Amino acid sequence: MANMAQAIRMALHYGEEKLGVQDVFGQDVGAPLGGVFTATQGLETAWNTPLDERGIIGTAMGIAMTGERCVAEIQFCDYIFNTIDLLKIAGNTNWVSHGNYPMPFVLMTPVGAGIRGSVYHSHSFDSWASRLPGWKVVMPSNPVDAYGLLLSAIEDGNPVLYLKPKALLRVKGEELLPGEPSSEKELKAMIDAPLGDRTKWRAKWPKIEDFRVPIGVGKITREGSDLTIVTCGRDVLFCNEAADQLKEEGHSVEVIDLRSIYPYDWQLIKASIEKTRKVLFVNEDTEVTNFGEHLSYRATKELFYQLDAAPEVLAGKNLPGIGLHPNLEEASVPQTRDILESAKRLLSERP
Amino acid sequence: MARTQTSSSKLKKKMPIKKASSNKPKKLVAKNQKKKPINKKSVFGGLASDQLRHMHQLMVKSRVLEERLIKIYKAGGAYFWIGAPGEEGFGVPLGLLVDKGNGPTHDYLHLHYRGTPTLVAMGMPMIDSIRLIMNRATDRCTGGRNFSNHYCFPEWNVAPVSSPIEVQYIMALGTARVQKRRSKKSLTIVTGGDAGSAEGDFASCLIWASRPKEELPLLITVQNNRWGISTNYGSQHGEESVADRGKAFGIRTCVINGNDPVESYIKLGEEMDYIRKNRRPVLLEAHVSRLYGHSSASGANPVDELDPVREFEQKLLRAGVLKSNQVQELWKEFDEEARAAHELAKSEAAPEAESIWDHFYVNGENGDWRKF
Repeated sequence: MANMAQAIRMALHYGEEKLGVQDVFGQDVGAPLGGVFTATQGLETAWNTPLDERGIIGTAMGIAMTGERCVAEIQFCDYIFNTIDLLKIAGNTNWVSHGNYPMPFVLMTPVGAGIRGSVYHSHSFDSWASRLPGWKVVMPSNPVDAYGLLLSAIEDGNPVLYLKPKALLRVKGEELLPGEPSSEKELKAMIDAPLGDRTKWRAKWPKIEDFRVPIGVGKITREGSDLTIVTCGRDVLFCNEAADQLKEEGHSVEVIDLRSIYPYDWQLIKASIEKTRKVLFVNEDTEVTNFGEHLSYRATKELFYQLDAAPEVLAGKNLPGIGLHPNLEEASVPQTRDILESAKRLLSERP
Repeated sequence: MARTQTSSSKLKKKMPIKKASSNKPKKLVAKNQKKKPINKKSVFGGLASDQLRHMHQLMVKSRVLEERLIKIYKAGGAYFWIGAPGEEGFGVPLGLLVDKGNGPTHDYLHLHYRGTPTLVAMGMPMIDSIRLIMNRATDRCTGGRNFSNHYCFPEWNVAPVSSPIEVQYIMALGTARVQKRRSKKSLTIVTGGDAGSAEGDFASCLIWASRPKEELPLLITVQNNRWGISTNYGSQHGEESVADRGKAFGIRTCVINGNDPVESYIKLGEEMDYIRKNRRPVLLEAHVSRLYGHSSASGANPVDELDPVREFEQKLLRAGVLKSNQVQELWKEFDEEARAAHELAKSEAAPEAESIWDHFYVNGENGDWRKF
């Protein structure tokens, strides 16, 4: 099975071959490296830029103004903060121009902790992103969704922020992409750049097929009836693990992978909470003014009389950074043990 | 980050109008009061009389429009004014030289908020500018959402003007990149002011426009009026000329007297031809006046600087290219046109409150989370 980096690479190739993408660009995105996580290796349209995040996003906006489709990358979301006004403008250009200038481009950036990345390679951007009206914001948790969401993002008429959970980029999926060779070894030989001299290397792309994950549509990854956990990205894996463990202890926990942070799938969340009557929101971004708090507010406001416990948000600690040592990193963002603790507390509550 | 300033009485008190004459190069402020005979060929660069009259006509039209916008603001018909009186000698020639149209085979314009002369020269009707400043529902640039001079005309590749005055320099890189691969002649024009050239995006523009083997067909202009709101250029910039910064990147540079429409027309024409043929960037600095201060935040009152419209007009009169009765008639005609456009805009509806949700996303997709 392809890992997430390979799935993204294949989606970008599908984009350049079938969806009109002519520019995939950012720092170290082109040859020879093909991205610091290898997600852009072998692409015909990938090119390297100066080390200049503002130039990258400005260029993407200009390309979008011509009607062409492009995919830009900020190497780590930790380095996106000096572009925040550009993100605001990209989100408001269609609106402020009264529909005259749509801004259809994809901005990819790796997010989150889990690779021992220290203070400037571990940030999350989920909650910041949720406060950028005019953008759509997605975050996959597995290679198949990474592929399908990226194709939807490329074709969307709006700016789409594609958040890549960096700790999952090397994680293999559980199902094949449409058209993916069944042999991992074969896939690797076709699309992974060799070590050493790559000047003559060209990717041999498998005949991958169209597959979309619609933006704004979440997915139930574990079905249950006693508690709903709403999450996304890397935390989907932790929450699934917690749900499986709780199942062995006799609890039935439903896990929802948001996949889209904005617009989010409220109808899916609502239906689940109406069934389980308890909800826990889990994500890595810092906990104060976290988008999980918005969802918690909405659950409280709209479903107050159907709840058997106060909704809970489990998010990253409100810290200015994530420390490098594992003791520090794991104490800063939710781990399976934290999810289990919150879930058990909610499960034990009686109205 | 420099931005447009909103109006407030507090700001008005803090920022009295400054007279810029002592800070401008002498050749720009020396008024042409001596009535020497005009040598047409040397003064007007060989331009035909019809061309000169046309350029003058557009400069007057732009000035009358801007002064109407100021009147609208002062009469309480608008919340804010910012614009371009004093930049007609540069903006009108630029507009006349644009290859106007939609898509990458035509020129793109990333203007800042002093673009009226350029757009008037391209054919913008006065009513479009007046609807914009009065925030009418009929404002086709922004639907009543933005300030005066924040134009947007997709049919002419005019990108939306935004108040942060540096971001246009990096967006221009994207349109120029697409033009480089899809056209053999079109170019991107990006304008800004001398104060905005201090922003990092200006440096980004120079770096990206001159990447080896990836040079962009980009006309980068700086309209140097020697002011950033109330801060004098000389107090913040050690470089004598903004254009000099292009030299470090191997970018062809040019400094012109933007108050002289003939010089602007000829030099802009030469530089734009160079870009069209060579597909490489040019950094052009034009020295211009700022006749009503930065914006309504500083009062929007006349300032004693060289007036490029009147200066050019006097030259044309002395050379016999124009007659005084023609001039009087011209100003009157445009004033009547502006007055009529103002009356029309006054009679039109304001935007509906519910329209705030229009164009959140494309194709009418609603972004209101309450409705998911």
